Amino acid sequence: MTKCSKDALRCDNSCGGDNCVKQRTKCALLIKSAASTAGIGAVPASRTVSCWMRPEVWTGPASPPSPSSSLICRYQDPEPADLSMEEESDTRKINNSFLRDHNYATEADIISTVEFNSSGELLATGDKGGRVVVFQREQESKSQPQRRGEYNVYSTFQSHEPEFDYLKSLEIEEKINKIKWLPQQNAAYFLLSTNDKTVKLWKISERDKRPEGYNLKDEDGRIKDPSTITSLRVPVLQPMDLMVEATARRVFSNAHTYHINSISVNSDLQTFISTDDLRVNLWNLEITDRSFNIVDIKPANMEELTEVITSAEFHPQQCHTFAYSSSKGSIRLCDMRQAALCDKHCKYFEEPEDPSTRSFFSEIISSISDVKFSHNGRYLMTRDYLTVKVWDLQMENKPLETYQVHDYLRGKLCSLYENDCIFDKFECVWNGSDSVIMTGSYNNFFRMFDRNTKRDVTLEASRENSKPRAILKPRKVCVGGKRRKDEISVDSLDFSKKILHTTWHPHENIIAVAATNNLYIFQDKVN
Amino acid sequence: MSATTAMEVNAEARRILAVSISKLYASRTQRGGLRLHRSLLLSMVMRSARDIYHSSRESEAPSGPQPAPAEEPMEVGSGPGEQAELPAPQPELEPAVSPAETAEPGSAEEGCDGEFAEDKENRSPARQSRKRRGKASAAPDFLPSKRARLEPGEERYAAPLGSCRVGAGESLTALSLNRVIPAF
Repeated sequence: MTKCSKDALRCDNSCGGDNCVKQRTKCALLIKSAASTAGIGAVPASRTVSCWMRPEVWTGPASPPSPSSSLICRYQDPEPADLSMEEESDTRKINNSFLRDHNYATEADIISTVEFNSSGELLATGDKGGRVVVFQREQESKSQPQRRGEYNVYSTFQSHEPEFDYLKSLEIEEKINKIKWLPQQNAAYFLLSTNDKTVKLWKISERDKRPEGYNLKDEDGRIKDPSTITSLRVPVLQPMDLMVEATARRVFSNAHTYHINSISVNSDLQTFISTDDLRVNLWNLEITDRSFNIVDIKPANMEELTEVITSAEFHPQQCHTFAYSSSKGSIRLCDMRQAALCDKHCKYFEEPEDPSTRSFFSEIISSISDVKFSHNGRYLMTRDYLTVKVWDLQMENKPLETYQVHDYLRGKLCSLYENDCIFDKFECVWNGSDSVIMTGSYNNFFRMFDRNTKRDVTLEASRENSKPRAILKPRKVCVGGKRRKDEISVDSLDFSKKILHTTWHPHENIIAVAATNNLYIFQDKVN
Repeated sequence: MSATTAMEVNAEARRILAVSISKLYASRTQRGGLRLHRSLLLSMVMRSARDIYHSSRESEAPSGPQPAPAEEPMEVGSGPGEQAELPAPQPELEPAVSPAETAEPGSAEEGCDGEFAEDKENRSPARQSRKRRGKASAAPDFLPSKRARLEPGEERYAAPLGSCRVGAGESLTALSLNRVIPAF
């Protein structure tokens, strides 16, 4: 195989070289199937790795998993038929090469956001290189019951490109900060994706027919010589190989001075908000040349700035309510019916600080990195550096529940400050029934907390777990004293392997976890 | 015992300050521009570290000259509402900090002094510094001292008082750049 001479980001995989970014796939465990990559160039056959697990096994080591209800991992090999569709010569090399150590991955492959759509049929990931990859769940087939609901690559497109702001002499990163799906209203799928400055509405549609039999053009598209045309015919639609195309339908730009950190679609499905450090803007999905500023916390004198907005979200049912979190650890709930500018909050959620835990870094670790409404709209979940908190919308003075994600890091804040890890922004997510919450940690660990049973589990997203029928076993971090056999000590944690982005299927127990440039999809086991 | 703890705290505060300043400096060259949130958090850490540093110095030499509460490169949140934050383990330094606090609004009026370097170019020539330059304010050896590069034909002049404090740029980050560069 020859080395690709093109920049990894620009390579369209046509040379089949070793460094082709499409070959090395941003998702180490999924490779696109040739059928669904029209226009981009053929890529290797599809393979998915899915791991099954039962909810009971998510609890801690106190209840060891029984063999029947275990976390198993299924590794699916590509079908022989798929190999014939490839243009690459050496399948074996491709199959081995995608399982790369993340050290060799380019920065453009680092996944920066993951999101299921509202039905759970599609899973979108955005990366630092500005690309969006959409996975679609396979229809369950009777002939192959073990291939239940695998996620395969459905569409890949370049959502954002790097830009240059000439006025400020700044480069605008193409990294996708957030993706939010619109609920499906027709055959096409719509999603919003945003980088630091611009939000785009993308339409993903399938095409499986094309018109044939034009009079003035021949099959290759060349204009015919009119003298050769002797009869007229009506073009007919002929079936063709399925092609999935993504087109940018709207571009919402030039509304944010600071970096956009979140977007949220309203339950009215007509508007959405985009949030930067100091402002929240309300857009109509149809109108791109204007937006309404509904929250502005910029002080008249920038020197008096003490807090910034870190995330905002619409209430899932009430289209007039939204919440935004701040870097000071507070959440404000606002009602858009009260005033055009929602600077006055309706509710203010803040827990008074515990003075005994005060340190140099108290402000940093109390900064909220993510806020999520529960599906039923009664609770709010916030993630700060060390904890996840569940708030009842009716109780503003303290959270309903607080979960320690990795409290063993409290004594290491100084070194985490030095290696910049203390600035990491972890996300948190609810399951479909709002009974379990999940968030990521370091060393590719992620944690789940069951709100009803009060049990929690730490799991690891790693290649070692992704072997055929491998059991995903709970992990434990040893805090001090004697380290047991399976435990890992705090000092051996790998802080470069962090899970910042996770998402949960809206109805089923399927989760997607992004570990640097790898995407792991874990699924319930069905006996 | 309290002296050594104060010294350790002092060393810790100095180290954190140095790390913070280097992070601030490095963020200038970062792709995507300066991040407001990150810069704000850095400035908060720097402010606490600075306060601890001066508190611990005050406790070391209570009979010495009053420590000059030097200005931060990023003057965030200055004003009557600002409270110097103390860590819980240093309650005995509280009386020492209050003179620092009262001096701070005064020094806030003073204008744009760099963190550790003497920034005479931005002070109006008529105004004498009320601060006594103790050891703390001398440029520490771990920081390079640089002054802004002049174009040919330019001269250094003392900027009018208060001009540094006005947020001319859109963002806090631009302001910090203006302040930090002379400090280096």
